[in-house]
Amino acid sequence: MTPTVVLPVVIGGLYAAGVYLLLDRSLTRVILGFVLLGNATNLLVLSASGPAALAPIFGYAEEEQMSDPLPQALVLTAIVITFGVTAFLLAMVQRSWQLVRQEVIEVDEEDRRVAAREGRDADEMDPDARDPDDLPTEDRPAGKGNRLHSDVDVEARLAQRYGDLPSDDVTLPPTRGGDS
Amino acid sequence: MTGVLAPLPVLLPLLGAAAALLVGRHPRLQRTVSILVLAGVVAVSVALLLIADADGAAAVAVGDWPVPVAIVLVVDRLSALMLVVASTVGLGVLVFAVGQGTADGEENTPLSIFHPTFLVLIAGVSYAFLAGDLFNLYVGFEVLLTSSYVLLTMGGSATRIRAGITYVVVSLLSSLLFLASIALVYAATGTVNLAQLAGRIGDLPDGTQLLLHSMLLIAFSIKAAVFPLSAWLPDSYPTAPAPVTAVFAGLLTKVGVYAIIRTQTLLFPDGALDDVLMCAALATMLVGILGAVAQTDIRRILSFTLVSHIGYMVFGIALASTAGLAGAIFYVVHHIAIQTTLFLVAGLIERRGGTMAVDRLGGLATASPLLAVLFFVPAMNLAGIPPFSGFIGKVGLLGAGVADGGWGAYVLVGGAVVTSLLTLVAMSRVWTRAFWRPAAQEATADTAEAAVHDAGPDVGPDDGPPGTDEPADGEPDDEPADGEPDDEPAGGATSTTVARRTGRRGAWARHVAVATAGSVGGDGRPSGGDEDRTPSRQPLPAVMTAATAVMVALTVGLTVVAGPLYGLTTRAADDLLDRTPYIDAVYGEQEQP
Repeated sequence: MTPTVVLPVVIGGLYAAGVYLLLDRSLTRVILGFVLLGNATNLLVLSASGPAALAPIFGYAEEEQMSDPLPQALVLTAIVITFGVTAFLLAMVQRSWQLVRQEVIEVDEEDRRVAAREGRDADEMDPDARDPDDLPTEDRPAGKGNRLHSDVDVEARLAQRYGDLPSDDVTLPPTRGGDS
Repeated sequence: MTGVLAPLPVLLPLLGAAAALLVGRHPRLQRTVSILVLAGVVAVSVALLLIADADGAAAVAVGDWPVPVAIVLVVDRLSALMLVVASTVGLGVLVFAVGQGTADGEENTPLSIFHPTFLVLIAGVSYAFLAGDLFNLYVGFEVLLTSSYVLLTMGGSATRIRAGITYVVVSLLSSLLFLASIALVYAATGTVNLAQLAGRIGDLPDGTQLLLHSMLLIAFSIKAAVFPLSAWLPDSYPTAPAPVTAVFAGLLTKVGVYAIIRTQTLLFPDGALDDVLMCAALATMLVGILGAVAQTDIRRILSFTLVSHIGYMVFGIALASTAGLAGAIFYVVHHIAIQTTLFLVAGLIERRGGTMAVDRLGGLATASPLLAVLFFVPAMNLAGIPPFSGFIGKVGLLGAGVADGGWGAYVLVGGAVVTSLLTLVAMSRVWTRAFWRPAAQEATADTAEAAVHDAGPDVGPDDGPPGTDEPADGEPDDEPADGEPDDEPAGGATSTTVARRTGRRGAWARHVAVATAGSVGGDGRPSGGDEDRTPSRQPLPAVMTAATAVMVALTVGLTVVAGPLYGLTTRAADDLLDRTPYIDAVYGEQEQP
C-alpha cells in the first residue's frame, strides 16, 4: 500500500515523448504522439486513485484495503474515447494519403494566402493603377477582381520557405505537389 | 417534472440518431424523423426553461443513486436557457440543410450520415450543458467533438481533410488537457461532482487551486477559441458545408464559453485569474476583428468575427459581477443566433453569387433583394447598431465594465467599442462590395462557363478517362455522400480545368479531380470557398431561404424580447454568483427522493 514512483516516471516519460512526436509534421508521428499522450493521461487518471490496493466491489477486501473504483470507471470511458478517436484519425491520415500522396501536416490556408499575396504588395503596385472597384463596370477586368489570385507560383514560394524546415530524419516534401 | 424532462434533451437526439440511421435508405422519412426529434427537443427545452425560471434550479440523479456518487443532470436558468437557444438554432440549421439536400437532388445518396451525426452533435451539446460533474462534461464534449469531426470532414475532400486534421488534433489536445485536469482535480479533492467540488476546492492550498484553475481554463479556452488559443478556428470552419459551419459557429465555441462560466463562478469564485481573462478578452476582440478586416472571403471574415466576439463574453465573465455575467449570458444567446444566421446567409450568397470572395461578388442587391435584406439585418445586428440585440448586449457589457470602475475594465470598454466599430467596417465591406457595387460583367459566369466548355473535350484524351483512375484508389467516387451538398453539376469539370491550367502535375490533379469533384481548391490555390462556381440563375431554393428568413426573424425577435430576456439572464447571473441554488439543487434531490 505504499505509493510507487514508477507511475509518475512512466507518465512523465510518456508525456515528454508524446509532446515531442506531436510537434512533428509527419502525421503518423502526430498520431503516435497522440496515442502516447492519451495513454499518459489515462495513467494519470488511474494514479489519481492513490496507491495500488485490492479490488473493490467483489467483497473479499475490507473497505480500507480497497482501491478507489471511480477512477477505474473514468479511465475505462476515457480509453474507449481515445481508442475511437485514434481510429478516426488513422482514417483521416489514410484519406489524406490517398488524396495527396503524402502524410505531412500541410501548409495552412493563411500561409497560402499570404504567399499568394506577396507578389501584389501595395508598395510594389503601379501607383497609377486604379483599384478595379473604382473603375466603371465596363472597364473592370472580368474575373480579375480577386486580388488574391496573383501570378506568383504559390507552391514554389511555399517550397522555398518551408523546404529547409528540419523534419527529423525523414525528408518530406514541403507542400502537396512537391512530390511525384 | 424536471426529473422526467431533464434527460430528454440528451436521450431524444440519441434515439433519433439511431432511428435516422435505421431509416437511412429512405431520405424523406429520415428528414422527417430528425426534424421531429429536434422539434421535440426544442419543446422540452422550453418547458425546462419555464420550470427552471419559475422554481429555480433542479437536479436529477440518474438511476436514483445517492447524490455524490450518481451522475447528476442539473437544470438551472443558465443551462436551460442555453438548451433552448442551442436546440432552436439546431432546428433552424437542420431545416436549412434539408432544403439544401432537396435542392441539390440528394435523395439518392447511398447512406446518409448527415442527419444521425447532426443529432448526435445536438445530444453532445445538450449533455455538456446539463452535466453536473466534470467527467460527464468531458463526455459531453467528446460526443459533440467526435460528431463535429465527422461533419467537418464529410465527403473527405482534400481541403476538408487538411482543415480537419488541424481541427481534430487541436481538439484532441484540449480534450487531453481537460482529462488530465480532471485527474488532478480528483486526486486533490476526491470528487468530480461540481456541487461537491464547489465546497472542497476552496480548502486546497492556493498553488494547487491555481494549477487546477489554469489547466481547466486553458482546456476550455481552446474550445471557446479565446485569443492565444484561437488560431485553429478560422482555418478549419470555412471549409465545411454551409449548414455545418453555421452550427459549429453557433454552438461549439459557446459550449466552451459555458464551461468557462461554470468554472469561474461555481468552482473558483475568488477570481484569481480574472485579470488574465481580462487581457485574453481584449486580445481576442482586437486580434480577431483585425483578422476579419484583412480577409476577403466571406466565410473567413465571419470566422474571424466569431473569434473576436468571443472576447465580449470573456470580458463579461472576467468582470465577475452580476451585470457582467448577465451581459455575457445575453451576449452568448445573441451571438449563437446571429453567427449561425450569418453563416447560413453566407451559404445562400455562395449559391447565388457562385463564390465567397467579396472581390469577385457584385450586384447582389439588385440580383436578389431578399438576400440583401437577409444579410443586412444580421450584419448590422452583429456590428451592434441600435436597436438590435447586439447593441443591447454590448451596452449591457459596457455598462458593467464602467460600473466595475477598474482601469483594466475601462481599457476593455474602449477595446470593445473599437471592436464594434471594426466589425461594422468588416460588415460594410462585404455589403458594399458584394451587394452594392454593380456586377463585374458577369465575371464568374463567364469563367465558369468557359471552364466547363474547355473541360468537356479535354478530360478524356489528356488525362485519361477518370474512370480508369478510380479503381486505383480502391475507392468509388464518394461524392454523392451527404456532405457535399453545395456541389454544382459543373463542379467536377471546373476543378479539373483549373487544375490543368495552373500546371499541376497531371496525376495528382486527376486524382484530386476524381476524388473531390469540385467543391475544393484541389489545385493548391487558396481555397475554401474561393472557387469559381456556376452561380445559380434560378431563384434561391425556397426551404433554405425560408429557414434563413426565420433565423433572421429570430435574431430580430431577440431585440423584441430583450427586456424579459435580460431579466432572465440577470436572474441566472445572480444564481451563478450566489452558488447556493446550484449546490442546493444537487443535494436537495437526496433528501426528497
